[in-house]
Parts: sequence; C-alpha cells; structure tokens
Amino acid sequence: MKEFKGRVIAPGTVTAEAVVSHSGFNTLASFQGALQFGDKKATCGDQNNADLHGKALAGKALCLPQTIGSTTGGLVIYCACAMERQPACMLFSKPIDSLAAAGSILASVWLDGISMPVVDSLGDEFLDYVQHGMTITVKDGGVVCVE
Amino acid sequence: MYLTPEQQAILNGSQGETMAKVWKTLVMYGEAFGADKMVPVTSTYNHLVTSFGLKMMKPVFDLMQQLIDAGAVSQQQFSVDPRPVDKNVPANFLQNFIFKKIMYATQEQYEGQLKQLGLMDKDAFTCACYLDQMGNKPQKGEVLSWAESSAVVYANSVLGARCNRNSGIMDIMGSIAGFVPNFGLLTDEGRKATWVVKVQCKQKPEAQLLGSAIGMKVMEDVPYVMGMESWLGTELNDENCAYLKDFGAATASNGAVGLYHIANLTPEAKELGELLIAQGAQEYIIDDAELERVKKNYPVMWKNPDAKPKLCFVGCPHMSLQQLIDWTVAVEKGLKESGNKKVLIPTVFTTAPGVKKEFEKTEYAERLEKTGIILSYICPLMYMNNPLCKSMPVMTSSNKLRTYTTARYYTEAEILTKITKGGN
Repeated sequence: MKEFKGRVIAPGTVTAEAVVSHSGFNTLASFQGALQFGDKKATCGDQNNADLHGKALAGKALCLPQTIGSTTGGLVIYCACAMERQPACMLFSKPIDSLAAAGSILASVWLDGISMPVVDSLGDEFLDYVQHGMTITVKDGGVVCVE
Repeated sequence: MYLTPEQQAILNGSQGETMAKVWKTLVMYGEAFGADKMVPVTSTYNHLVTSFGLKMMKPVFDLMQQLIDAGAVSQQQFSVDPRPVDKNVPANFLQNFIFKKIMYATQEQYEGQLKQLGLMDKDAFTCACYLDQMGNKPQKGEVLSWAESSAVVYANSVLGARCNRNSGIMDIMGSIAGFVPNFGLLTDEGRKATWVVKVQCKQKPEAQLLGSAIGMKVMEDVPYVMGMESWLGTELNDENCAYLKDFGAATASNGAVGLYHIANLTPEAKELGELLIAQGAQEYIIDDAELERVKKNYPVMWKNPDAKPKLCFVGCPHMSLQQLIDWTVAVEKGLKESGNKKVLIPTVFTTAPGVKKEFEKTEYAERLEKTGIILSYICPLMYMNNPLCKSMPVMTSSNKLRTYTTARYYTEAEILTKITKGGN
C-alpha cells in the first residue's frame, strides 16, 4: 500500500478499482460512443489509447496525467456525470488541464447529487506506481491510497 | 481571486440564482488555475463548440434552457461549430434515418436555443469562424471566451488573441458574465514556450503530420517552432494561414496545444523572438524519419485494411477559399493525367457556409462540380460518429478526423492520387 497526496479539485471520498492511462486521456474519443449508444459501462472508445481502449470507465478510479483533445471534453464529462456514467473519481498525476477542470466544476455547480472526487498534482510517481485493477481509496484532503 | 464589489454581489445572488451559478462556475474555474482576477471579454463575438443536437447532449440542452429561462443570455453574439447533417453528403436510407430520427433528432430544437442565446446568424456554423468570409476574426490582444480546440489555437497563435482552451458550456458562461478568469494563455507568462521544436526535414512537412507529432509530444505546453522559414517565409499570407490552420488543429486534437509560436512568422514570435522561450524549455527535434515514425504508429481502424475507400473527407477543419481553389486545380490536373473524368472515390470537401457562398461565385465552383466532388458545410466528425459510418472505410487528410473516428489518415498528396488515379 502506498499513499499519495494531491490537491482537491472536487471534494469527496470513494473506493474503486483503478484504470490507468499513461498517455493524455482524450475525453471525447474515450466517451463519445458510450454516451451516444447507451453503454452503461462507458467502455473507452479511444483507439489511440492502448492502455484504456475497450476498458470500462464508469465507476472506476480513472488515473491519468491530464486530458487532451477536443474542447467538448468538459461537457462530455458533465454529460457523463448527468447520465451517471462517470468514473468514480479522476486522479491526475499532473496539474489538472482546463477541460477536465471545467467538466468537474460544471458537474459540481449545476448537477444535484453527483459525486466525482477529483484530485490533481499527485506526481509522476503516482502514475508509475498505480496499475489496472489496484484498489484506490480517495480520502479527505487529497490523500489517495493505492493497494 | 480578487472580485470587485459588483462581481462579489452577483456571486452572492444580486442578479438571481442562475447568474450566481454562472459566476460561481467561472470563479471556481479560475481558482483551479490560480487566476488573480476576472478580466473583461473584449472580442466582438464569441465562438461555441456545441453545434449538434445530439441526443446524448440532453443535459447540456437542459442547462441551456435554464440559462434562457433565467434571462442569462450571451452579451455577445457568437458563431458555433458546423452543423452535423447535410443532405448533399452521401448517405444511404438507413444512415439518413439514423441521422435525422435518432442521433440528431433534436437539432432544430437546439438551434432554436442557440438563436435565443445569441447566434450571429443562420449560417454562423463552422469550426473556422476566423476565416475572412465568416466575420468572426478577433484582433491581436483581444480577450476571448471561445471553445473549439482548432479555433482557439488559431486565434491565439496566428491572430495573437488571448484565449484559454475553454470547454463547451464554459465558453458561453464567459460570454454571459462578460468576464473570464485571468490565467494561463491570457497572461504573458502563460504564453511563453516550454518546448523548442527544431524542424530538420528535407522538404516542407505535411501540416497535419507535423502538428500531430508536436501535439503528442508537448501535450498542453506551448511549443516554439524553428526551422520552418525556408518553406513558410516570414509573412502570414493566405497559403501560410491555411497551413497553420491545419497544423494547429492537429496539435490541439492529437495533444492539447492552445498556442504555438513559429519563429519569424506568428505575431508574438515576430515581436519578441526567442524571448518567448521560457528558461529550461525542453527540446524536440523533428526530421523526416520522425514524421514517418509518427505516421506509421497511427492505428488502422478499418475492418479490412486493404479495403477500397468508400468515402473521402477533406476539410477538417473547414477549408479556406484558397484551399478550395488550389484543390480544384490539383484534382483537375490529376484527372487529366490519369484520363479520368471524375474522382474515383466519392469525395466531400467541407468548408464554412460563408466561404462556400464566395467560392460558388467563382469559376472554380463549376470546375469542382465537374470533377464529381461534393462541397458541403458539414462537420465530418459528426457525420462519422455512428456505428454505420464507423464500419465504412473512410479516408481523410485530417489528423483531427483520424483521432476521433475510424477514418484513415493519408497525406494530401496520397489523397489526391487515390481520388484521381485510383489504387487502395
């Protein structure tokens, strides 16, 4: 078990199974098919992401460096939250990017009863250590336990 | 973050609950990035990314309606990304049914919302709103609240405007408030390059391939690109602007670039030169072998990699007037050389409605039509986003379209050969 400390972007606590992207996470490419065609598991559709392509994202602890790609990214996260197909939490090794931050903030301000803890700046070591299938616990204050 | 007493009052509800939530959204957004204050949006127009009445977007439409009902509409008019459907683009009965009755069944209703929120006019649908014919070209130094990754990177880099990579919805929030948080690409410090890219190719690199390589390497950082002068010169003429439009779109979709500088060409690089390079900037050298490596690593998503393409898209982002003219001439020449009268693969060129109108006034419109190529205002990305099109072997010269769909990327020269002379 290893503990990491980051910065809280959206508060909350949760325990979930890790899915890990070592490259930039393209939000639109990952979620668009799943949200459009009723895939409740939100299977990652990004053909360019060898780590995540074909893996379920809904309810998982999504570990990533940052998001990339289309500026629809934030609203895609917002829609995923509204449709309850969002990851259990989003954990960034780097400082969060503007699109992921927007999605997380929009969901917390405009949607009722949605919880998706978001922590950023966990460091490169976090992404080196965490692997698919590990159990992640997000605690208060930006503490993330990986086991 | 410092807020003026007036801004603080709105945040506290002086203009109603909805406006308070708009401000709360923007303030939280700014605080996540250490913004010191809110700054006024100074451009004449905004540009939004959400143009499509896609059913999955219902939560967005609900939010838009909430804004309209509360009278929280945009203080600026805006253009918006391209429409997702055009009857002129080839589609079979089933595809048409899916587009109109299932995927984009709420398109008309959503366009009604856009009108209420401040849409410029009925033809203000393009990802390239900054083209002269579209009337939404910001000036150097203006502060924007735009979204659309390819438009943001163009506005920042080629026009010298100041805009963060805002998400859809966040774009209109800035326009409603009339203010955006001051951070990132709005600041002098945030516009400094943290990568130096040295291009050492033997010939002019394909814009969409060079942009892809840089985007994948630098992600959201700012690159300062050297070594392009022998091909691009030092003036932002039509040809260079079109090149940078396509280059930037690839940096933004294959990575998350919101601003690049090209030595001796883009406005800030011309003014400040290497002063724009931050201390400790990393270096990336690109030669022909590196571009070939990047291209070879693109996954081929066609079920049968040897299939004959059934459709070809050129124009993501939308083509400029000069690009349409140049392509018309090149296609005619290719057909003449091969002895063919029309293109051998159904091909769609996409452009902005205003550009299409201007192009149709020229002699080239009739000449393009004779080649069999269809000219459309559609968003090819939206066209491709369904299971029927996904299974079709579609080819494109757009690295953005390749990234988000199953379309296969070829260079412009390869596309030209395939559509005029044949071969898989």
